[in-house]
Amino acid sequence: MRRRSLLALPLATGPALAQTTETYEAAEQSILAGRMPAPTGITIEMPTLSENGNSVDIAIRVESPSTRADHVTAIHVLAEKNPIPRVASFTLGPRSGRAEVATRIRLATTQTILVLAETSRGQVHRAAREVIVILGACVDGG
Amino acid sequence: MSDIIARITLPEAARRGEVVTVRVIVRHPMERGFDGPGLTPVPRQILHTLSVTYAGEEVFRMALSPGITANPYVEFTTLAVETGEMVFEWQEDGGAVYRRTAQLVVT
Repeated sequence: MRRRSLLALPLATGPALAQTTETYEAAEQSILAGRMPAPTGITIEMPTLSENGNSVDIAIRVESPSTRADHVTAIHVLAEKNPIPRVASFTLGPRSGRAEVATRIRLATTQTILVLAETSRGQVHRAAREVIVILGACVDGG
Repeated sequence: MSDIIARITLPEAARRGEVVTVRVIVRHPMERGFDGPGLTPVPRQILHTLSVTYAGEEVFRMALSPGITANPYVEFTTLAVETGEMVFEWQEDGGAVYRRTAQLVVT
């Protein structure tokens, strides 16, 4: 019974990435919002093979003039086979100077990592990378 | 609010207009709310948002998911505009807010 009461707890008071049931495809479509992504302009630095899915370094660089008129407004990271495909979203602006971010992510299993970058001019850039994960981050083996 | 261990790395000084790299690591389990055979279920408790303001404006924001590692690390850049405080604010599931500041000296 204790188990039930814990499961019934509300997840959060409205986190920015609350769409826990959203699929990978739906997440991509929702970010694209009908726009056709350009397959250029994004560099993803990430190991091709990761021993431990509990911590995988990822660095993303988007080519951009980074001016008030033309800059990157958002960078999204999606993981195809994670239980929650939307891993992170970064909001940038003209004062970012460059469109570069890095973080560490959890990966359930070997999969595709998708990065989408939105610009102030309404364009979307898209890049994908495969990553092999030896030991997944999920208890159930993902 | 208050109890959180964070390390914020900034250059000691920067020239106006220089692009500064900011590195932030914070101690937090980023509890995903695991449930499974032989496990005691725990509710999800993660830091879901990090926002950074500097010189009167938000310059960076990150939406985090359970897919971000424990002790989340992030690196981003910002233009050095004036000497001032950078305010880092984390929002945790359940409504807790943690705040830390760092000083950027601009010459």
